[in-house]
Amino acid sequence: MRTGSRISPYLYILPALIIVVCFRTIPILASFTASFADYDIGGFHGFLGFSNYERMFTDARFWNSVSNTVFFVLGVVPAGIAIPLVLAMLLRGELRGKAIYRTIYFLPVVTSAVAVSVVWTWLFKPEAGPINGVIIALGGDPLMWLREPRGIFEMILSPLGIKPEGIFAGPSLALVSLMIVSVWKSIGYNTVLFLAGLENIPKTYYEAANLDGAGKWGSFRHVTWPLLSPTTFYVLIMSTIASFQTFALVYVMTPPPGGGPLGTTNVIVFYLFQKAFDRFDIGYASAISVFLFIVLLGLTIIQRRVGERRVHYS
Amino acid sequence: MRTEQILKQTLLLAGGVIMLMPFLWMISTSLEQGGFYNYVEAWNRVPFGTYFLNTLIVTSLTLVGVLITSSLAAYSFGTMEYPGRDKLFLLFLSTMMVPQPVYLAPSYVILAKLGWVDTYLALIVPWTTNVFSIFLLRQHFMTLPKSLYEAARLDGCSRFGYLWRVALPLSKSVIATIMLFNVIGSWNSFMWPLVVTHSEKLRVLQVGLSYFNQEQSSNYQLLMAASTFSILPLLILFLFAQKHLVASYSRTGLKD
Repeated sequence: MRTGSRISPYLYILPALIIVVCFRTIPILASFTASFADYDIGGFHGFLGFSNYERMFTDARFWNSVSNTVFFVLGVVPAGIAIPLVLAMLLRGELRGKAIYRTIYFLPVVTSAVAVSVVWTWLFKPEAGPINGVIIALGGDPLMWLREPRGIFEMILSPLGIKPEGIFAGPSLALVSLMIVSVWKSIGYNTVLFLAGLENIPKTYYEAANLDGAGKWGSFRHVTWPLLSPTTFYVLIMSTIASFQTFALVYVMTPPPGGGPLGTTNVIVFYLFQKAFDRFDIGYASAISVFLFIVLLGLTIIQRRVGERRVHYS
Repeated sequence: MRTEQILKQTLLLAGGVIMLMPFLWMISTSLEQGGFYNYVEAWNRVPFGTYFLNTLIVTSLTLVGVLITSSLAAYSFGTMEYPGRDKLFLLFLSTMMVPQPVYLAPSYVILAKLGWVDTYLALIVPWTTNVFSIFLLRQHFMTLPKSLYEAARLDGCSRFGYLWRVALPLSKSVIATIMLFNVIGSWNSFMWPLVVTHSEKLRVLQVGLSYFNQEQSSNYQLLMAASTFSILPLLILFLFAQKHLVASYSRTGLKD
């Protein structure tokens, strides 16, 4: 064999390899290294050991961003599963206008997060916004939406004389508004995934369930739900991973420098962004990056493990 | 059975109206008062023409880069055998596990060291390789029969000639998927251009729209007009390619 053909496989991957190494591998490794360093606007000032991490674990604003993110995930993910699952069940099989519905539901998925945020900011406007317009027309009290720092449990329960505090006050209405937008944007995508999952369930199972006298609910509970579980699990993990990284909605709808009213929409990636690019505190931002990475890696590993088990099982 | 159909249709219709409402409100607000003139006004208030052009340049050059690097790398990974291949492929795949925000800050430092901050290079070069595209194309190349390759070589086709004249023409559907994913990704990308460019002449559409939103926060008509024309190109693309696009999304289970 000529030497040319022995090295040519490597030449074929070379362009991609250069980009991957320079703009993925090196920055990723640098992120880990910088998390142990004193690296700010003046450059590298030496290694600090774990002190960026110590600072992170005692930083109340960091924990605030973590709890906001967890609230966000806990709100968005279940709704982003339940609504698309119902829609996919409705869209399943022969149906008039199926293609049109799919187009409409999918539209927000391809629309940019920035444009979506600009539009919803207007919809949520406390003064003169269309949503408050509808609420007033129905005889309700207008809400502050994106500018409301009070927790929703606090808002719901305070008329009853109960005043939950701290974490029990729940996510602020501002954060809930962002959750609504996020769910709306991802419904179409998750619906498409569920539809694909439903198509993979063999019809014979339903025929068997019918013969056994299972009704609609029975065949959902004993056929659809268990056989759909790999899809459901996939959607669960993927939306969790995506929700952990929410940035554009927060940046545009509750604009900088704040991160929302009283910092109640400041999620972890937004906080990381502020530290890295407002303060240029690269070392500390990297420690937050590593924390985020570990959380997301954990989720990915769970997905792989459980995913594999499911495959072997079926 | 009929009542069930009616119930289904009612629910789907109600859901569809809710999903569509923000778009309808966007368009109707954009036409309030000034009518179509709002679009002209928004377009001229800030240099949206420049933003569009920048987005177009970045999207198309990124796409060209992705198509070249992916075809070459996927061809190598999918059809050739050589030492270290699987380790290299694993190196590529491992970068897919790390989301962008995690390495954003060091990327900026690297770009600053290269002197690329606030240039087209920063917007384009790092995204001219897309590991997921390589993965998709590799999977497809692996399904092409080896006999096809051998026959082409016997006919005097060079190694590169086989990729160019045989393998790629047989991969139109996968390439369409890769093109759609990458165009949507670059067009909508926000965090990266926000960080790596500062000057207005390099501003892309998404960043321009977000600044416009901050500056004109009470000028709803102009904001909605600007949102409408920012969405429009992808909307048209989506309407034309939706069948392929939706199928691609559901097959690959990938977003962004």
